[in-house]
Amino acid sequence: MAHFEKANSVQEWLDQRLAVTTVKKVMALEYWIPKNINFLWAMGMVLAVTFALLTISGIFLLMYYQPNVDTAFDSVNYTIMTEVGFGWLWRHIHGVAASVVFLVMYIHMFTGIYYGSYKKGREMIWISGMLLFVTFSAEAFSGYMLPWGQMSYWAGMVITNLFEGFSPDIAGGIMNAPGLVEWIRGDYVPGQAFLTRFFMLHVLLLPLAIMGLIGLHFAALRIPHVNNQDGEEIDYDEAAKLYKEGKTKESKVIPFQPVFLSKDVFVLGVYLIFFFYLVFYHFNFAMDPVNFDPADGLKTPAHIYPEWYFLWSYEILRPFPKDPGLIAFGFAQVAFFLLPFLDKSDTVAPANRRGLFKYWFWIMIVDMIVLTVMGKLPPTGIWNHIGLVAAVVFIALFVALPWVTKNENKA
Amino acid sequence: MKKELQILAVVVFFTAILYIGVEPFAHGKMHKHVDGEDFAYSELKANTKKGNAANGKTLVMGAGACTGCHGIEAIGHKAPMDATTAVGAYGVNPPDLSTAGAIYDAKFLANLIENPAHALKVEHKFDPAKGKMHPMTGFYGAGGDKAQEIADMVAYLQSIAPKEITPKQAYMDACGRCHANRYGKLTQLGETPKFKKETDALKHKVAVLEYQDKLKAYMGKLPPDLSMIIRARSADFLETFVENPQAQLEGTSMPRVGLTKEGFEKVKAYLTETGDPSKPAREAIGPWVLLFTVVFTILAYLWKKEKWRDH
Amino acid sequence: MSNRRDFMGIALGGFTAVLGGIPALYAMKRSWDPLPSVKAAGFTEVDVSAILENELVTEKWRGKPIFILKKSADMPQDDRDVVVGGARYHVSIGLCTHLGCIPAYFPGETKFKCACHGGEFDVSGKQTFGPPPKPLLIPPFKVNGNTIVLGEAGPEYLEMQKSGIA
Repeated sequence: MAHFEKANSVQEWLDQRLAVTTVKKVMALEYWIPKNINFLWAMGMVLAVTFALLTISGIFLLMYYQPNVDTAFDSVNYTIMTEVGFGWLWRHIHGVAASVVFLVMYIHMFTGIYYGSYKKGREMIWISGMLLFVTFSAEAFSGYMLPWGQMSYWAGMVITNLFEGFSPDIAGGIMNAPGLVEWIRGDYVPGQAFLTRFFMLHVLLLPLAIMGLIGLHFAALRIPHVNNQDGEEIDYDEAAKLYKEGKTKESKVIPFQPVFLSKDVFVLGVYLIFFFYLVFYHFNFAMDPVNFDPADGLKTPAHIYPEWYFLWSYEILRPFPKDPGLIAFGFAQVAFFLLPFLDKSDTVAPANRRGLFKYWFWIMIVDMIVLTVMGKLPPTGIWNHIGLVAAVVFIALFVALPWVTKNENKA
Repeated sequence: MKKELQILAVVVFFTAILYIGVEPFAHGKMHKHVDGEDFAYSELKANTKKGNAANGKTLVMGAGACTGCHGIEAIGHKAPMDATTAVGAYGVNPPDLSTAGAIYDAKFLANLIENPAHALKVEHKFDPAKGKMHPMTGFYGAGGDKAQEIADMVAYLQSIAPKEITPKQAYMDACGRCHANRYGKLTQLGETPKFKKETDALKHKVAVLEYQDKLKAYMGKLPPDLSMIIRARSADFLETFVENPQAQLEGTSMPRVGLTKEGFEKVKAYLTETGDPSKPAREAIGPWVLLFTVVFTILAYLWKKEKWRDH
Repeated sequence: MSNRRDFMGIALGGFTAVLGGIPALYAMKRSWDPLPSVKAAGFTEVDVSAILENELVTEKWRGKPIFILKKSADMPQDDRDVVVGGARYHVSIGLCTHLGCIPAYFPGETKFKCACHGGEFDVSGKQTFGPPPKPLLIPPFKVNGNTIVLGEAGPEYLEMQKSGIA
């Protein structure tokens, strides 16, 4: 047993047992952040708060939601929306936040790509972040099943059908496990077993995974420190020394708490105005009307489409025939993970100063938007052609990235 | 600061393009816009006669043969058959006519009395040439000026209609015989009474199911429950659909309802009661929450300015 | 770091807690409230005309068992009795006031005996033996001709409340 003396204050008592003062210094008061940043650096806090909104609203929805195919729809649209005090508010917050969180995630991701915050010591931040994106995607998909509306049912049907695997003539039918689709569903079609297992994923397993990954994401950030607008390598010891001496103007850094935090909170405020405006006045983009029809296994809606944040991925799958489509789709999921390793340049700098990479970046942004819009449009005529071109461009961008980054300074 | 605003402009720009492409643009391509005519029923011919309600009453009770199938609660006339028997006999439960003069358009009513299948726009289903007659027979006239007689009957119906009609009543009369609304506790047989004994409750459930079976046979499929329809379709769709179902769903069995604009607004109000009852609360609380976020942002900005001084 | 009190920070924090946190907590409390449909289901009507003397009838009200026992002429009258159409009835919530088990009625001995810890109540619901601290509770009731409406506080019930019986 380690030696303990009588403490002279509550603070000292806690410090002896939990090193509270040291933790506060490391995580807040002496966690040095570069001054040379802009509001995009606040997206992390915006994501954390949005996740908190999802969790809290989710808790109240969970009190009344019934994961049973006969009562799920009414437990949401009658009990929660009309009977539960402020139930409608939690439902609207939850639905809008589930959609907006992806907008913020994409902004956060593309900020990282733009400023080169995925390499030179920050690979684990990037990878844990991409893992968070994938886990949030699974969380969103599983959550969408729960109201058991027409879109819940048919999206569940279509996406699980993807796992039908390759036809026998590719690599001896690799992944063509008979019954795999039924195994995932727990039934021949999306039914009670399907609903309750996705309920389990949505309410327990995936949130736990997300919280663990957030911890990993924060941990991965601590040692390399946050990047800055110029990609400058900062001597944190020197900068910290200056700051602590009182030379706050000359120092290149600020402490996370309270200085960086105060800017975070201001950006958060602007975000919350936008967010709550959507919650109260403009929410159909996040709560699609088609899902207000109860699930009917004998009637497919005229238009089935995933939520907007999956459309780019969906569109990479769609223009190709079945097997190449699955390969392309698989590639698209993995592509972003490989970014730190496909980028052969050592330079950490904003994209506009990286020659060829500048073009690579903006073409990628435009391509993702084109893929998203095409993914929503019916796959006919000219939309189909544009979609195919955009899908090919996406694959080409990542295949070409090693060459682009090796030669970026020669532009 | 200027740089941050530029960056914000770029983010907002790309988000806006993304939003416009995915929402209004793509939705516009998926759902063709149908022009409504504000319940003008312009293709129906007008009846220019001035109706005499007293004569109309004689006709409605007599030669018009309305009361042979239709109940009129407003004057104490009970429907000759109960709902389930009627639906078995005719395929459809003839509506009570108490509110008909108020919620339905006069021109529509005049055309309906003369040629039901035409006014209801179900001639694709009920074609006399193919031997398929609409369950409601058209009025051939009572020996006098047919147009005048029709105008008289419409005038009578208008005279007996109650002055105040609740949204729920409008819904039950215009839609309720085919469309259940479980959130409003309505089946096709009306409000579900409270039963003490389980056997009575089950008997009622069986009666509803039998009615629905017969209705399904008549319509081709069971008309959907309308509890959530106000959120499942756009306001635009609902208005143009009720005005002319064929314009939105060609070949549908749903008849044109014939509501006046006011009648439709009442039905819409009831549908909002069952499908979006939090709307008033949402609109009441929204401004306060937004005010909070605005003040929060202002205070946060002042705090930020304070913390970043000397930095 | 300056020693100046962080006025703006306190203002921001205070504003958020009071004008944001408290309404949010109120909304959460309201979400926990029993639903209107649950509260509306709180009334049960019982027709007592067919009940025989000294034969315990058990009804359900708000999920709880309700004892209704028609008193015979030789049973002692009590202010706790409910009078319906000239006859006297014992009406109570059938849960032992000790720890909530349902006492059994023994018509031969005209008393209630609780199996859990041996408590006993007489034919008017008053505790006569064992651990029960209070008589069997009387639910809100209203007499309507030949029926008793449980869940509604009629004039007789209000009288009982005034005199401390209910």
